[in-house]
This record gives sequence, C-alpha cells and structure tokens, in this order.
Amino acid sequence: MPRYPLKTAARHGLWSCHGCSLLCRLPAAAQQAAWHCPRCGAALHPRKPHSLQYAWAFLIAAVICYIPANLMPIMLTEMLSGTQRDTIMSGVVYLWQGGSWPLALVVFIASVLVPLLKILSMLLLLLTVHWRSRWAPRQRTRLYRLLEVVGPWSMLDIYVVGLLVALVQLQSLATIKAGPGAIAFGAVVVLTMLSAMHFDPRLIWDVFEDDDE
Amino acid sequence: MMMSDKHTPQTGNDGLPAQADAVPLAVADSSRPSRWSPSLVWLIPLVAALIGGYLAVQAVLSRGPTITITFRSGEGLEAGKTRIKYKDVEIGEVTAVRISPDSKNIEATAQLSKEAERFLAHDSRFWIVRPRIAGGSVSGLGTLLSGAYVGMDAGKSSEMSQHFTGLEVPPILTGDLPGRQFVLKATELGSLDIGAPVYFRRVPVGQVVAYQLGKQGRNVDITVFINAPYDHFVTEDSRFWHASGVDLSVSANGLKVNTQSLSAIMLGGVAFETPASVQEGKPAAASSAFSLSNTREQAMQAPDHEVVPLRLKFQQSVRGLTVGAPVDFRGIVIGEVTSIGMEYDAPRKDFNMLVDIRIYPSRLLSMSRNLDETRLHQLKLDKMVEHGMRAQLRSGSLLTGQLYVALDFFRDARPALLGRSQGMDVLPTIPGDLEELQGVLQRIARKLDKVPFDSIGKELDSTIKELHATLATTRQLGESLDGKVVPQTLQTLQQLQRTLDAAGQTLQANSPLQQDVRKAAQEVSDTARSFRALSDYLDRHPEALIRGKQENKP
Repeated sequence: MPRYPLKTAARHGLWSCHGCSLLCRLPAAAQQAAWHCPRCGAALHPRKPHSLQYAWAFLIAAVICYIPANLMPIMLTEMLSGTQRDTIMSGVVYLWQGGSWPLALVVFIASVLVPLLKILSMLLLLLTVHWRSRWAPRQRTRLYRLLEVVGPWSMLDIYVVGLLVALVQLQSLATIKAGPGAIAFGAVVVLTMLSAMHFDPRLIWDVFEDDDE
Repeated sequence: MMMSDKHTPQTGNDGLPAQADAVPLAVADSSRPSRWSPSLVWLIPLVAALIGGYLAVQAVLSRGPTITITFRSGEGLEAGKTRIKYKDVEIGEVTAVRISPDSKNIEATAQLSKEAERFLAHDSRFWIVRPRIAGGSVSGLGTLLSGAYVGMDAGKSSEMSQHFTGLEVPPILTGDLPGRQFVLKATELGSLDIGAPVYFRRVPVGQVVAYQLGKQGRNVDITVFINAPYDHFVTEDSRFWHASGVDLSVSANGLKVNTQSLSAIMLGGVAFETPASVQEGKPAAASSAFSLSNTREQAMQAPDHEVVPLRLKFQQSVRGLTVGAPVDFRGIVIGEVTSIGMEYDAPRKDFNMLVDIRIYPSRLLSMSRNLDETRLHQLKLDKMVEHGMRAQLRSGSLLTGQLYVALDFFRDARPALLGRSQGMDVLPTIPGDLEELQGVLQRIARKLDKVPFDSIGKELDSTIKELHATLATTRQLGESLDGKVVPQTLQTLQQLQRTLDAAGQTLQANSPLQQDVRKAAQEVSDTARSFRALSDYLDRHPEALIRGKQENKP
C-alpha cells in the first residue's frame, strides 16, 4: 500500500481555472455558490464537472455501437457480380486467407482490438474510481495517457473507407459505398474519445487523500 | 453524483505553501449555479441503444429461413458470395459450402430473406446457373462476369421443407408456365435431348422436358411440354414423329428432300400433326401417351391393329438382311423382320437360318377395299401356301447388298405346307434370285476350273519357241534375199528395160514394121471383102459351086 505524501491542490483550496489555467484560492465556507475565475470569468471546478457521469454515458453508448460496428457491413462494393458486403471481420478473414497476414494483423489490431481495448480500459478506469480502488494508480494514469494518444488512430479504416468511396465510382463497373457499419464504427471511435476526454485522471488519486484524513 | 463536495477548502492548513498568499481569490457567482439536469447526457447511450435495438430487431425479423441444398458438385459456389435468385431477384445467399457427411455430394447452406419463406415448398427446385451451351441455345452468359448463382423455382406443394436436392441442369419449365405435358413412347431416344423443340406445322410450340427408360427397358418415355395456346392442337388422334430426319425420295418428278428446320436436323426435334382424314378430335388429356414414330410417313400410316408373326427358314446366307428390313408383297411393305437367328437342323446336318417376321394384314386390307375383316381371316395362310405363297430373300440393292424378304406366289414352286415351330407359323421359302445367280456363277466357275490352263500354257510356250525359230529362219531368208537376189533382180530389170526400149522403137508409128503390118492388114481386109463377095454370090447361087460361074445371059 504505497503512500503518496504530497497533497493535491484541491486539498489546499486551490482550483485551477479550465479556461486560462489560473490557480485560484477558494474562500472558506462557500459551499453552495458557483465560483468564477477572477481573470477570465470562467466557471471554476475542482475537477471536471460530471466527469464520471459523462464518461459512463459515452462509454455505454460506445459499447452499444460496437456491436453493429462489427456485425454490419462497413463497406458495400457494388460490382457486376452483385453487391458485396464487407464487415471488418470479413475483410480481415479475406486478407488472412489471401495470404497477406501482416496486413490482416494490422487491420485486426487497428479496427477490432484497439477499440475493444479502449472500451475495456475505460471500463477499468471508471470501475476502479467507483470502487475507490487504491490499486496501481500510476499504471492506471499511464493507461489513461495511452488512451488519449491512441484515440484518433482507430479512425484508420473509416479513413480508408472514406478514401475508397471517393475514389472508386466507376458507375456500372464498380462503386463503393459506406455501409451502416462504418457509421457505427465512427460512432464508437468518437464516443470512446469523448468518454476518455471527460474522464478526469485526478480522480484516481483523490482516493489516497480521503484515506489520509 | 457531485464530486465537488469532497474538495472543501481547508482553513488553517499547516502544509500550505508560502506562495499561497499570492494566489488570487476565486470570485463567487452571484447567480445560482444552473442546475441543468446532468441526466441529459444519458440521452446519448439511450439513443444508441434505441438505434441498436431497432437494428437488431429488424435483423432478427428480416432474417429468413436457413436451408440446405445438396448438389453433386460445388462448381461456382462460394460461401458468402453466391446469391440465390428467384426470377432474377436476389432472395438470399449461400453462407457455407461443405462436403456432405457421406462425402458424395456438396451441401450448400443458404440464408434466405424473409419474403422467400413462402417459396420453400417441398417441391421447390434449385439449380446452379452457369454459362451453358445446350440444345442450340446459350444461357447464363451473364454469369461469366458475375459468377454463378443459384436459381430457384418455387414449388406448389403446401408442405414446407428446409432441405432440397439441387438439380444438375436448369429445368426447362419454371413455375406456372401454362401448357400441358404429354408422354411419347419411343423405341429409342434418337438425337433428342432435353430442350429439343416440338414442332407443329414447323412452328415450335413446345419442348422435350424429360426422358426416362421404361420400366422394362423396352422403350423410352419422352415427356414433352406443349405451350398453352397450342396444346389443344394435340388431339387423341395426333401423331408424333422424330423431326430430325431428312426425307429423300426419288420419284418420277425428280428428287424430293423433305425436312423440318435446319436446327431440327442438327439437334433433333419432335413434330406432330393430326391426319387430315381424321375428323376434329377432342383435345387429348394432359399426360396422355402417344407413340413416337421415326418418320412422318410412318406416323401418318393407319395404325396396325393386327400383327401376324411368322417364321422363315432359309438354307442360305442372310448376310445383308437386318432386323427391321421390310417384308414386301409385290412392292407393298406389309411387315418387317423382327429377329434373325439360326438352328441346327439334325436331319440335314446343317444349319437353318431362322428369320422371324411380322406382317400386318391390315395393310393388305387397306390396299384392297373389297376385303373386309371377316374375309381377311379367311385369307388362310395354309391355303395361300398351297397356292404357292413362298418367302424369298431378294436383294434390295446390288450396291449395298441389302436384302429384304419378299412374299409372293410362285406357281411352279415345289408343293409345301405351312409348318409350326415354337408356336409360330413357318412359311416355306424358296431360294432367292441372288442365290440362283450365285449358283449360275458357280457353275461357270466350275467349268472354267476344268479348262487345263497349265497344259495350254506349256503348249503355248513351245509354240512360241517354234515361232521364234521360224522367225529366225525367215530373217536369214530375208538377209539372203537382200544380199543375193536383189542385185540379180536389178540386173534383170535393167535388161528388161533395154528390151522394152527396143520393143518401143520397133512399135513406133513410122517404123518399117508398122508399115508392113498396116499393109498386111489392108491386104487382109481386102481379102476379107473378096471373101464376103464370094460368100454373097454363093448365097445367091449355091449351084455355082458345082456348075461354076454362070455368065450373065443377056
């Protein structure tokens, strides 16, 4: 059970302004009022407001969207041979069977594994904060940073589909359209990013403060 | 949940950093903080859940039945790609292709859409549409580009099924094509195939849709389908025949070629017609059976009701006689040969060639109107045999050596009786004309055999030698003539020339000899004149010979 001797700013009655990062002291005993930054006038909060609520909401929406994103066709290829509907997984399987397994691996990691890991990581962070867990705060913080970095890269295949839709429009020979899966997939990426954005990693550390009292 | 309550500022904090005094104070807001419901954010997962749920429900609802189709080969089938189409509208796709448990077939699992549910009757048919060239028609060319798909034809049965056996060839008739089927009984399939056209007055009105061997394998049952507006032309008296033949006939008017269309010759076909002699018959019932003749001529003949089987025993070779060869009576075909065999004839210590024929007495009847049925039965064969009715093998064509059986009356034939053998009448036979010709040729050959060609040859040889010697002597004679006789002859000729010259000179007109001769001739003529005077005088006065010349008295 590690001890972290340093106290957080909020403990000292110091809040940081979200707008201009001015450090403000809160007068004592002012519980019910809302506070403003004396410099820029933005509302002051000790932590991101409604952080957990928003993070949960977006995460649940992302989980819901993750199902159709994987089951529904992400790309509709209309050729002379008829319409071909490709889900992400069918694309991976196709690449794997075609022998280009490195590419299959890349697609699999970028489009299936990473979103799933993001969702699971968010779930882990939120749950541990809820249960006021004191387990591995540093690693959890690092995980959160990783989440923020990885976020935009999951848009890889949305990007590819967008490119193909724009490029392959040969009227009767072949046209590519974005399938409903692509929308769901985009939604998953956006929602997980929003969820990560709204999560306040300082919450991980607040537990130790409260225990010290 | 609000987190801010945990972060109450502490007063009198001993661990406060020194710069804390420099930290500006936060300004309290005069307005109450807007307590907008934080639960609004929960609309997002709610909407997502609603949309997802809607999609899920829709997917479940639009999910049609899953069926398995068994094919003999999976050519062109690809899991996840091959579509199933009904009337060229996509109703599902093949989701898996695997070898059936008994490893004899292919089992394709297909996921159909919801609306396809009602087509899955027990007798629905599935087949793989591939490019095909059959029966003069090309189909499925589109699949060259699009890949094969599974075609489907909805059944009519009320019984539903999930397992189907795919057809290997696309069915000719799909669904509810109006028309009727008929069964044709043929001795052989000929050049017919499924899809071969059926012609009525050279108009294609239907197709051959199936064929199968009869139960005993004695005939072929061909199912034809006549399309709707034309099927009532098939009456009970209609006659069907193979239209693939070419009828060549040579008549007094020249050569006649009678055919159906060119494609029928190439690919076979069936034609039907109702004889004009038959009054308007009523349309035949569906699936009624007709017999399929080989030619139109055969088909239009009056049907033979009565068949009389006969057996013929020949003591000659039947080479050139085939099963189906005609049996004719003075040029009219009245039957055909049904089988050819042989038996050992113990008393003769030889084999008899057995030829079984059948004759249709009705054909004789149709030729002679005055014969009625009752009298036909009185055409007793034994009576006929007594009158000299015999069978004979004749050659139909000297070129091909084809034989046919001729029945005729031979008044000078040796008397014979109608026999019985194995329940068949045995008609006596007489040797054929070809056989007689062979006999004559044989006799000539034997006589030729007796000619001593060897000794003739030898004598000829010696004769030639003698002739040779004679020729040699002749040559010698010629040479001696050349050497000795000819110069002599030349001399002789020269002598003769000279002699002739002398003679010529002698005979010239002014030669003394000539003059002498002329004088002499004159003398002679004078002499002759005096003789005539004398004879005249004597004629008048014969007495002068005795009395002498009398003086003329004054």
